[in-house]
Amino acid sequence: MGENSKSVVIIGAGIAGIQAALDLGDMGIQVHLVEKQPCIGGRMAQLDKTFPTLDCSICILAPKLSECYRHSNITLHTLSEVQKIGGAVGNFTVDVLKHARYVKEDVCTNCGDCAEICPIRGITNFFDANLVTQSAAQIAFPAAVPAAYRIDPSKCLYLNYEICGLCYQNCGADAIDFTQKDSVLSLDNVGAIIVATGLDLAEDIHTLNIYGYQKYDNVVTAMELERLICASGPQAGHLSRLSDGKHPHKIAFLQCIDSRTQRGQLYCSSICCMYTTKEAMIAYEHDNELESYVFYIDMRAGGKGFQKFLRRGAKEYNIKYIKSKISHIEVDENDNPIITYEDYETSEIKQLKVDLVVLATCIIPSLGINKLADVLGIELNHYDYVKTNPFLPVETSIEGIYTCGCAREPMDIPRSVAEASGAAARAAEVIKGG
Amino acid sequence: MSEKEEETRIGVFVCSCGSNIGGLIDVKALAEYAKTLPNVVFTEDNLYTCSETGLAQIKNGIKDHNLNRVVVASCTPRTHEPLFRDCVEQEGVNEYLFNFVNIRDQLTWAHQKRPKEAFEKAKDVIRMGVAKSARLEALENITVDATRTAIVIGGGVSGMTAALSLANQGFEAHLVEREKELGGRIKTLYKLFPNDQDSQVLLDNLKKNVENNKNLTVYTSAQVKNIEGFIGNFEVEVEQNGNSIELAIGVIIVAVGASLFTPNGMFGYDGKTRITQHELEGKLQNNEVKAKNVVMIQCVGSRNEERLYCSSVCCMTALKNALIIKENDPEANISILFRDLYTPGTYYEDYYRRAREEGIIFMEYNPEKEPLVEENQIKVYNEYLGEEMIIPYDLLVLSTPLVANNDNKALAQMLKVPLEENQFFLEAHVKLRPMDFATDGVYICGAAKWPVDITESITQGYAAASRASTIISHDTIEVEGATSFLPEYNKSLCSGCEVCITVCPYKAIRKNEDDEIEITQVLCKGCGVCGATCTNHAIIIRHFTDEQILSEIYAFGGE
Repeated sequence: MGENSKSVVIIGAGIAGIQAALDLGDMGIQVHLVEKQPCIGGRMAQLDKTFPTLDCSICILAPKLSECYRHSNITLHTLSEVQKIGGAVGNFTVDVLKHARYVKEDVCTNCGDCAEICPIRGITNFFDANLVTQSAAQIAFPAAVPAAYRIDPSKCLYLNYEICGLCYQNCGADAIDFTQKDSVLSLDNVGAIIVATGLDLAEDIHTLNIYGYQKYDNVVTAMELERLICASGPQAGHLSRLSDGKHPHKIAFLQCIDSRTQRGQLYCSSICCMYTTKEAMIAYEHDNELESYVFYIDMRAGGKGFQKFLRRGAKEYNIKYIKSKISHIEVDENDNPIITYEDYETSEIKQLKVDLVVLATCIIPSLGINKLADVLGIELNHYDYVKTNPFLPVETSIEGIYTCGCAREPMDIPRSVAEASGAAARAAEVIKGG
Repeated sequence: MSEKEEETRIGVFVCSCGSNIGGLIDVKALAEYAKTLPNVVFTEDNLYTCSETGLAQIKNGIKDHNLNRVVVASCTPRTHEPLFRDCVEQEGVNEYLFNFVNIRDQLTWAHQKRPKEAFEKAKDVIRMGVAKSARLEALENITVDATRTAIVIGGGVSGMTAALSLANQGFEAHLVEREKELGGRIKTLYKLFPNDQDSQVLLDNLKKNVENNKNLTVYTSAQVKNIEGFIGNFEVEVEQNGNSIELAIGVIIVAVGASLFTPNGMFGYDGKTRITQHELEGKLQNNEVKAKNVVMIQCVGSRNEERLYCSSVCCMTALKNALIIKENDPEANISILFRDLYTPGTYYEDYYRRAREEGIIFMEYNPEKEPLVEENQIKVYNEYLGEEMIIPYDLLVLSTPLVANNDNKALAQMLKVPLEENQFFLEAHVKLRPMDFATDGVYICGAAKWPVDITESITQGYAAASRASTIISHDTIEVEGATSFLPEYNKSLCSGCEVCITVCPYKAIRKNEDDEIEITQVLCKGCGVCGATCTNHAIIIRHFTDEQILSEIYAFGGE
């Protein structure tokens, strides 16, 4: 260990960035893992369970989060972003802008007293798909790594008006530190860089207003459902409708929302067919009388065990798959969505009334990717994903800068993990062989 | 040692796991209950014991209450035992004095509809876990030297990529290929999707890099004959042209690829005008395709009762070959009969759209109303129109799946790794350990694991190299101390029946030169089969001794 003086900078600490960091760290290579959020884990941390094994997502992710945190070769930089790079492969310099947390990371005990006493309320919680609100003293979820709160500087009364300071007075551990400032960390002797910035979702960029989303309470996105159905989510895992709190017995899942369409994105989001089946299965586990209807164009299930998973869904979880095209959605007087669709098997126009509609919204490139691409000088493709060659799948347009996971195109977790290891191997070639 | 230090002081931590456990049973009450058990001096309940907060609570418990044993009642040791062991070790408690009680996977998840009984069971298993904890013994992990070399079995795209990456990282790598030439499946492909890359140019470049790399030794016309040993210390016998080569190897990567399926008796397959996509590749390579009316049928031999899976590469192959034919002859009529078109992601969906724009006809068929192949025409029921259509053809191309190699089983046995139901190799965890086997030091990539295209074969080749590198980047390896052993004082009990040798799945037991039973500690996974079958109780399983297990049984029945 410690034999290599050159380090690797990994941008993005979702499952892909984490896997690349762990591989490189285990090889004895120093890693700087840069994450813009206050905690690591990315999108996988938001999920309830994962297909096709139905493993609890946070349960299989949490050990990796802790491992990253404790690893002697990995340095975490949360609330951080890469601001500038210089040099070339084998010898980059990287400037990391570290935003102040206003909480001492290693002192905070994660007790939550600051959040409790903070008078500011009503700030939407991105982690919970904006379904619940929080105070200006925040932590994304109980198992977050690092296990430390942060003060939201855009909302904090003390930081903006020098009034309040209640959290400071109330913190038993003396962890609140309003003197912290944003700072720039200059890293040199960086051998390689890995871009693992992951994904955002269609609802994150614009006001998604199709099929009654935003208009009707009982039309939710798949990510909202993940949080609603998750034990650590806003409904503590007891799925109920946002309109009236009633438990839904009939759910429609609509595929390709803003994907594979001229209106949104032309490409396929790759993972929705499978996670929809998973979500229907989990919902069924909460309610054995549940009927699920999946409205789809092509059922895309090529991964290991995926076809078997679909069959299990149909046979054991009361899921009906309907090859179809949705026309529109309206609601009855009890807020029950009514779906009008063309059934491809019979070419008939039909209607179905359900209790809840779940939209499988399109995956989009991480929102900061254009800015980052400018900083790094790497090319993006026509959809703003990091451009790669099919036969150099983890290389960007700049030598020594690699990419993996959904930064490159929409993909599922196993593939992201494999690509992350792949990018780690390429970075290791630079460090060890160069 | 003072008397105080010798006293058994157990701490019990009960995890709520969000609401996975706490939603069904009262974890606070369980923590209170644990306080009443013998030797327990401290208990606590946590929302997530595995979080940094939870781990800090364990550490504080050890410090503040002088704990010398720790019990965590939570999810499953499968994912979390290493984390908790590490945590107690950091506070100076031997990691084997940690005991895991499973109250989620085998309890709250299993008894979701019976909270009352689940709570009682949780009390039982915690009581048992505490009883065992009191009898646990400190053990040390075993450290062994590692050979910093790798062998890659299979010289296709994935295997070559893996071997090259390891060689570029400075490791000595050995690449074994059964055929005379490197290359595998790509040798017989024409152009590659999604950018019409010439497959032979790609292959030639790869081969050149392999052949010019001084860290890499290639064995063609060679086969792995035998594998002995364990992570960091494998002895691999490679047979090449009748000669046997012995290699000292640290890690093994399996990259044996997959086989083709011949659709005998399906859709009139004859290998002439009714051929497979793979046969079409050959015809395109030789510029032999003159057909005006081409029909392709997808999912031939896959997604059926016999072979449930989607082979995932056939849709793109069909699109690519259709576009090549169309490009050569814009007048050609090409129809693709499909079930669900599999073009996930950005580049592949673009490719599908391009095929539609170029005038390829896509028609869906229902597997219950399969297309009927006649002499010069195909009858297919069109779902949208609700009527049967007749399509003439002079070339029919069947898209057949990649299937597992027939000899995967033999290799799997040699490596002590499992296959899944379709006889593809089965990785350690399909979600988070896609390149690892459960057997340490052995990795998998490419179509040997599941059908993949060239792009993914390359990615996985790199990925397996990364995983392998995490091991051979170091001179030593640490392995579990919880193994079976035959202590000196028990040797007189051994009758030499050799049942233990027969039952050991890891080939860790043998008879030595003195005709005595000998267990190779590093090979032993601590599964306990030898100890359980030893009629004379001569073999002891560390961490699962008779005394420890009986203490649990007594604790269960004792109340």
